Amino acid sequence: MDDLKQKYLSAIADAGDEAALEDIRVQAVGKKGEVSLKMRELGKMSPEERQVAGPALNALKDELNSALAAKKSALADAALDERLRTEWLDVTLPGRGDRRGSIHPISQVSEEVAAIFANLGFAVAEGPQIETDWYNFDSLNIPPHHPARQEFDTFYMHRAEGDDRPPHVLRTHTSPVQTRAMEKQGAPIRVIAPGRVYRSDYDQTHTPMFHQVEGLAIDKDISMANLKWVLEEFFAAFFEIDGIKTRFRASHFPFTEPSAEVDIQCSWVNGQLKIGEGDDWMEVLGSGMVHPNVLSAAGVNPDEWQGFAFGMGIDRLAMLKYGIPDLRAFFDSDLRWLRHYGFASLDVPTLHGGLSR
Amino acid sequence: MKFTLSWLKEHLETEASLDEILYALTDLGLEVEEVEDPASKLASFTLAKVKHAEQHPDADRLRVCTVETDEGDKQIVCGAPNAREGITVVLCKPGDYVPGIDVTLSVGNIRGVESHGMMASERELELSDEHNGIIELPSGEVGQKFIDWLAENDPAKVDPVIDIAITPNRPDALGVRGIARDLAARGLGELKPVAAHDVEGQYSCPIKVVIDADAQEDGCEVFAGRLIRSVKNGPSPEWLQQRLRAIGLRPISALVDVTNFFTYDRNRPLHVFDAGKVKGTLHVHRTKGGETMVGLDEKEYSFPEGCVVISDENGVESIGGVMGGLASGCTLDTVDVFLEAAVWDPIQIAKTGRVLKINTDARYRNERGIDPAYNMQAMEDAAQMILDLCGGEASDVVVAGSVPDVARAYTLNAGRVVSLVGMDIPESEQRQTLTKLGFRMEGNLAHVPSWRPDVQGPADLVEEVARIASLTKLEPKPLARPSVGVPRPILSPIQVREQMARRTAAQLGYNECVTYSFIDRASALLFGGGSDATMLENPISSEMSHMRPDLLPGLLQAAARNQARGFHDLALFECGPAFAGGEPGEQRLQVTGLLVGRSGPKDVHGASRPVDVYDAKADAEAVLAAIGAPAKVQVLRNGEGWWHPGRHGQICLGPKKVLGVFGELHPKVLAEMDVKGPAVGFTIWPEEVPLPKKKAATRPALELRDLQAVERDFAFVVDAQIEALTLVNAAAGADKALIEDVRVFDQFIGGSLGEGKKSIAITVRLQPTQTTLKEKDIEAVAAKIVEKVSKATGGVLRG
Repeated sequence: MDDLKQKYLSAIADAGDEAALEDIRVQAVGKKGEVSLKMRELGKMSPEERQVAGPALNALKDELNSALAAKKSALADAALDERLRTEWLDVTLPGRGDRRGSIHPISQVSEEVAAIFANLGFAVAEGPQIETDWYNFDSLNIPPHHPARQEFDTFYMHRAEGDDRPPHVLRTHTSPVQTRAMEKQGAPIRVIAPGRVYRSDYDQTHTPMFHQVEGLAIDKDISMANLKWVLEEFFAAFFEIDGIKTRFRASHFPFTEPSAEVDIQCSWVNGQLKIGEGDDWMEVLGSGMVHPNVLSAAGVNPDEWQGFAFGMGIDRLAMLKYGIPDLRAFFDSDLRWLRHYGFASLDVPTLHGGLSR
Repeated sequence: MKFTLSWLKEHLETEASLDEILYALTDLGLEVEEVEDPASKLASFTLAKVKHAEQHPDADRLRVCTVETDEGDKQIVCGAPNAREGITVVLCKPGDYVPGIDVTLSVGNIRGVESHGMMASERELELSDEHNGIIELPSGEVGQKFIDWLAENDPAKVDPVIDIAITPNRPDALGVRGIARDLAARGLGELKPVAAHDVEGQYSCPIKVVIDADAQEDGCEVFAGRLIRSVKNGPSPEWLQQRLRAIGLRPISALVDVTNFFTYDRNRPLHVFDAGKVKGTLHVHRTKGGETMVGLDEKEYSFPEGCVVISDENGVESIGGVMGGLASGCTLDTVDVFLEAAVWDPIQIAKTGRVLKINTDARYRNERGIDPAYNMQAMEDAAQMILDLCGGEASDVVVAGSVPDVARAYTLNAGRVVSLVGMDIPESEQRQTLTKLGFRMEGNLAHVPSWRPDVQGPADLVEEVARIASLTKLEPKPLARPSVGVPRPILSPIQVREQMARRTAAQLGYNECVTYSFIDRASALLFGGGSDATMLENPISSEMSHMRPDLLPGLLQAAARNQARGFHDLALFECGPAFAGGEPGEQRLQVTGLLVGRSGPKDVHGASRPVDVYDAKADAEAVLAAIGAPAKVQVLRNGEGWWHPGRHGQICLGPKKVLGVFGELHPKVLAEMDVKGPAVGFTIWPEEVPLPKKKAATRPALELRDLQAVERDFAFVVDAQIEALTLVNAAAGADKALIEDVRVFDQFIGGSLGEGKKSIAITVRLQPTQTTLKEKDIEAVAAKIVEKVSKATGGVLRG
């Protein structure tokens, strides 16, 4: 019996493929196989002989079966390995790519600004970009012939013959949204108003269209000290520099009184601007306490309500924060620029996740 | 507004340093734009003395000098003819930068002789053009700093020139005295008193002045003048010429320089006529139109109707408050001079200046506002100066009109200052500030000085007090949130939509552009715009003449620019307003995407293919889904003409409610805009998507079916013009309860089907809810589907 065992175990071990293995199985433990035939002979044996030969044959059969199974699985593994060896691919080839889109810096920065002011309770107000001359000027305490009007380089809309209304303008600032928002909502109110504005100017640092964000907060007791705090908080949050230094300079705007221009600390090193360090100052916004005439024009009683307003350039904020050198390139849609300065679609600025990318 | 430090000090008694003054000016709202401090470039030079000078052994024109300096005797080679023993010179040492020759000195060797520095000429130090020899000083000690010597002996040479920006509310700061007053109020010294002259008339003025009726209202308030006869005009004295030159004005003659002096010193423009050339009475009147005058700038001006001018019997002699005329202007030969001081209506000055395109110092000041109360005193002060400089004899003063009364007063509410500014300024300090600025306090009533036309209410008093106190010192104070606790969302649903649409488009692979809101007329016309209502009156160029009617033309132009740079596969989008008309509110938010070229660069997977209308459709649908548009929409044709007529669709809720549109751009439009196709695009109007009825976060319960769903495929042969959606809708309508979904999975056109036919294959998914489907149930539904489709489309099941 040992010979039998040795014979088949070595045959199994030597089997080259599944077909050979099947042949061995049939020869050994198949219905008419050698082991099966021997088992049939058990009947002819004496009970004593049977008691010895029976378990031995069964054990042999089990052993051969498991050897067959093990060999079968080994052959299958080998075959699979062989197949996989032939399935080699060059994984350094590029993946199936998708186009990668981008968000324009103006949109990104607008969202950053909105996220910060939302935290302070400011909603986002909007207004038309073709504006009446009353909203753009008169309501903001700039009567006709006020010298300030000339400083705006205003774009005027064409007037049809016989239409004697003063020509509409392309809004020169986002400030008319102050008036519209107060007319709509009254006081108290806290809004920012981001959007496109227009001035007839085109050179190295000016484009005939740019973006501003207006801020307005009106309540019973809002003071210029609150304005200073809000702006300092804003700059610290926006530039993500704690304790960023600002400078408030007295200035003049017809729609605020007192008025201040605000500079932030910066340095120029090798032509590169750095915010929040150094001895230079960069002018970033105009602000002040809303002029009583502006409140009255919007139907808010200036004896009862007071507050501040400010306006700053979104494009300029983007340039300062992200080191973008040329304003004109913002509106040129050069694919290389859009990709370089743009933001990923899922880079949504949040206060908890961070505003900068 | 330019002035020199020494000019300022004529009005301000101060010990403050230049830096302190500059800081205060900016902080006060008189923003310093530029400072030119000649001393800064001369700071390193010292005085020295030539002890000995002898001929250079190897050069005829050079001398070798022994020079006594603060660092001992030095040998210096010098080529100046006046380099000789005994003179005091200005020494530039090795290491010093010499501005006039733009060189940093080092020890030199000139023809074999070492030279330790140089002795400078005036030109080499940029003091003048003088270069005939080195500077010889009449006094000074060896080692003394040259700038200290200049400050003592020739202060104008080291006088800093300060240029400040003037906001339109501060005409008073257009005179040096006004600037000095602000600084004094800030505490940087004391305002010096100014002499008020009184020139008694020696005779009656032979020239009469009249303000005609048409110029009395909104024209000229008061017109005063006097004759000064037998003057001797000529160059003005050096001190006056120097002052004017320092601030960039050209000295002309004593008479003209006097008027310029008052313009800058006191913000008081004046005019001088050559009385010998004036014929008859001077009339202030309005032009009728068509008159002409040659101005002092030697240009001829032709007047429209309504300008306020001054005429005599010869015609127009001067444009009131804007510019004098050449014919009656003063020259060096002028003997009799007529001095004019008038108060003009600022608006009328602005109008006249604008229409004639004249920008003069006079116009600039008269349109911002001069001090009317100074008008008559200016007559005295200027006459005195002319007498002092040119001699002569003054007449009495003739006046037409009267000095306007600008007296007004507002109540100072000291508490209001504190509440509005948020700065604790004691009332006494507030009152002191106003007093120093020239307000007269009477109880709490602040009488406004006549030179401050900008102060028009109590709020202006607050501004003055805060400005002088310094906003730099303002302590920031936290602004509490309107409500305690976690901030609530602040964006409106449309604002949220705009952000979602934008970020979805970027996620779909589009690069966001921001293009100008105005485009050229030709492009506007292609997209339904270009009307006069949307036209700018004063465009910056013909490329930007009309408000854009749609976002596509701007994006197509951007695509063309990028193609010219060699980028041919583009996915661009923009989110912004388009303008249907020229009235406020005739703007509508659009999200527009544009695909040009191929879906991507050539790649190893063979995925790159030309973009087509189905790319645009998928992206339009993705953006719409992102902003919450209903899934069930109609796709209608007959969109705008800039789309390929057969390859576009409008995504609608009913025929009137268009949420968006997608399609292939019309080839003619592409050709006009110089874009190489293929180009497809989409536009979504986020505001058109209906708002959800109620805002609840809860989702409807999820219904999961345990019963097995069954899918069956059908292929129908239909006419080629039949739209797939019609077929799909028909199939879906066969059993609304059972049919969960119908999908098109194949289309086959022509071939064995014959001309004008196509086959559309659909998969229908059946989801039973009650019992498992049996074969006969499925067959019943299938029959119904075939029947419905056939009825709706005329299609037959493909054999």
